[in-house]
Amino acid sequence: MAHTASEILEGLAEIVAEETGLPTDAVVAEKSFTDDLDIDSLSMMTIVTHAEDKFGVRIPDDEVKNLATVGDAVKYIEGAQA
Amino acid sequence: MTAAASREVVVTGLGATTPLGGDVPTTWSAALAGESGARTMENDWSEKYGIPVTFAATIKVKPDEVLPRPEIKRMDPSTQYAMIAAREAWQDAGAPEVDGERLGAVVSSGIGGIWTTLDGWDTLRERGARRVLPMTVPMLMPNSPAAYVSLELGAQAGAHALVSACASGAEAIGYGMDMIRNGRADVVVCGGTEATIHPMPIAAFAASRTLSLRNDDPAGASRPYDVDRDGFVIGEGAAVVVLESAEHAAARGARVYARLAGVGLSADAYHITSPDPDGKGQVAAMRRALADADVTGPDVVHVNAHATSTKVGDLTETRSIRTLLGSDADHVQLSATKSMTGHLLGGAGALETLFTVKAVHERLAPPTINVANPDPELQVPLVRDTPSALPDGDVVAINNSFGFGGHNVALAVTNA
Repeated sequence: MAHTASEILEGLAEIVAEETGLPTDAVVAEKSFTDDLDIDSLSMMTIVTHAEDKFGVRIPDDEVKNLATVGDAVKYIEGAQA
Repeated sequence: MTAAASREVVVTGLGATTPLGGDVPTTWSAALAGESGARTMENDWSEKYGIPVTFAATIKVKPDEVLPRPEIKRMDPSTQYAMIAAREAWQDAGAPEVDGERLGAVVSSGIGGIWTTLDGWDTLRERGARRVLPMTVPMLMPNSPAAYVSLELGAQAGAHALVSACASGAEAIGYGMDMIRNGRADVVVCGGTEATIHPMPIAAFAASRTLSLRNDDPAGASRPYDVDRDGFVIGEGAAVVVLESAEHAAARGARVYARLAGVGLSADAYHITSPDPDGKGQVAAMRRALADADVTGPDVVHVNAHATSTKVGDLTETRSIRTLLGSDADHVQLSATKSMTGHLLGGAGALETLFTVKAVHERLAPPTINVANPDPELQVPLVRDTPSALPDGDVVAINNSFGFGGHNVALAVTNA
């Protein structure tokens, strides 16, 4: 069953919080993974791995570089569920 | 300041997380009280895999009670233990102000990130390559504890991880000492760590018939020098010391626990697991440590023995001490602290060096427990059950650490 955008944001925030120690409410759509959340490439790949698991989607490596913000990731995951 | 004085190395900080306690004060007071850190494991490994051992000296304070969640996620348990010990040691030393280029980190593990290695393998087999986590390599690499300590403190003089099985922790401290003596660093944070209480290594140690099988009495299982000893008790944890040039410590008015005065290294080149029964390599390591410290046999008042509670190993070591010291061995107080802590493998040499430093500083040799019937072939006076006072004045203590592979390390500690 497909997750809604707000469910994806909530789930993604939990993954990011677990990886970085940031509070979940700091992980909002407009935040940049690198500039605002200070997530390096290894951490980003870890988050991608957990997100694929959680939402049952595949996020190819070529797509990861296009996911600048949390909102970008939510949008991609939402679309990839179809 | 003379050249010799500038090469003097002192111990100014101590940190540990062990089966006896989550820090040095609780670990040391439990050791002086003769407590055992061995306990029945809370798992089903025996039923599930047929592992014949149901107990171990597990860590007293779990890292997830101490470390933030992201560190738990990105560090193997062996690195988690090292970080806890390193932070305590650094604070204990007064968080010295030192140029990063004059600060070193030497933290060893005998086995490395085996939980991460085996978890990664399980994930790969069960769920495929896409599920193997990207942090797996930096977590499993055996230099990870040294690297994370270096990152934490900004130690740029060098980060090293010397591997010599159960001598690793002592060899790390010896190497740290050399970094200061040869001018590469003024302060070095060094020690050893191990997190091997996983079913595979326990099955492997059991297969080699080196573990105690005293399942009905975990606290009484590690009994070095007792006639009924039947093998070692696997332990886990880390110990870290802050070494500093005497000059640097004096300039900042640091509290000094003791001097690390000498290191002696040798290899048996005899057998991959058994010590040379003649003890030639062990004697050579101790002799070199004393020569390096510029002291002689009669000065030695205390030895923290490697003594793991195996039939062969324990006696070989006391014969070696007798060979080295002759009649002077009569006034040595021998302590086998693995009777309480179990065997921390790559962490053991560091923890026992820390105990040796505490013994010299407090003039108190920790006890050896569970020795109901001392082996008649034991050749050195043993501190049993309760701590024993060490003499006043200038004293020398030795920590011995020996590893599978024939690695021998002896460290000579003297009063400050």
